Amino acid sequence: MDIETKKTLNTMTNNTRPVFLNPLLIALPIAGVLSIAHRMTGILLVLSLPALIWLLGYSLSGAEGFNGSRDLLHGPIGSGGLFLLLWALLHHLLAGIRYLLIDAGIGIERPVYRISALLVLISAPILANYLVGKLV
Amino acid sequence: MSRSASGLRAWLLQRLTALYLAGFFIYLILYFHFSPPKDYGAWIAWVDDPLNGVALLLFIATALLHAWVGVRDILFDYVPLFPLRLALLGLVGFALVACGFWSLRIILVPLLVRIW
Repeated sequence: MDIETKKTLNTMTNNTRPVFLNPLLIALPIAGVLSIAHRMTGILLVLSLPALIWLLGYSLSGAEGFNGSRDLLHGPIGSGGLFLLLWALLHHLLAGIRYLLIDAGIGIERPVYRISALLVLISAPILANYLVGKLV
Repeated sequence: MSRSASGLRAWLLQRLTALYLAGFFIYLILYFHFSPPKDYGAWIAWVDDPLNGVALLLFIATALLHAWVGVRDILFDYVPLFPLRLALLGLVGFALVACGFWSLRIILVPLLVRIW
């Protein structure tokens, strides 16, 4: 390690550096937004598991349950919830595919990883909206 | 694998489960998009098809495993207080296992009833 790098490291690790952890004021880069959203959508999906399993059971419980669950998905709460969960799932899926590609060494360079992050952020709600329109 | 490598094992498990989850989710989307079940009979017939039924059960099991590793990682990062972390891990683990048995019952019991 040369002397210049050592100096830089020293100034970076000294104790007078500003601690700045207000999440509302941190200017997170777009790939960082994607990363935290990957975790948040993951938690949302885990929390929605009981509702989804209940819906599966209701739809498989008989003709009445099938029609009931379809009516539920056509109603405002059902279709709104479906949109939200599909958005979360598609975001999680697309961001996950992006992480797998990055693990494989694809798209790690600066312009590409930012553009791909932006693409995931934008395309997830658009795809979710399209699918809710088709499915419900 | 040694205990020190359990982080690597979780990392690998998360990626392998992700691949199956992605594949089956896309299959589900295509099914509901191109040939949505129009009545209960069509829906139950789809689930009763052994390929779909087994794949669906595997999907749920994989999703629960994936959820476990994900929640575990998040708790490791954000809950430094050990007893609280342990309690939350226990709670999540119990809930996920319960979800697994619940799904098993939902999918297998009607099938067994129809077979008999």
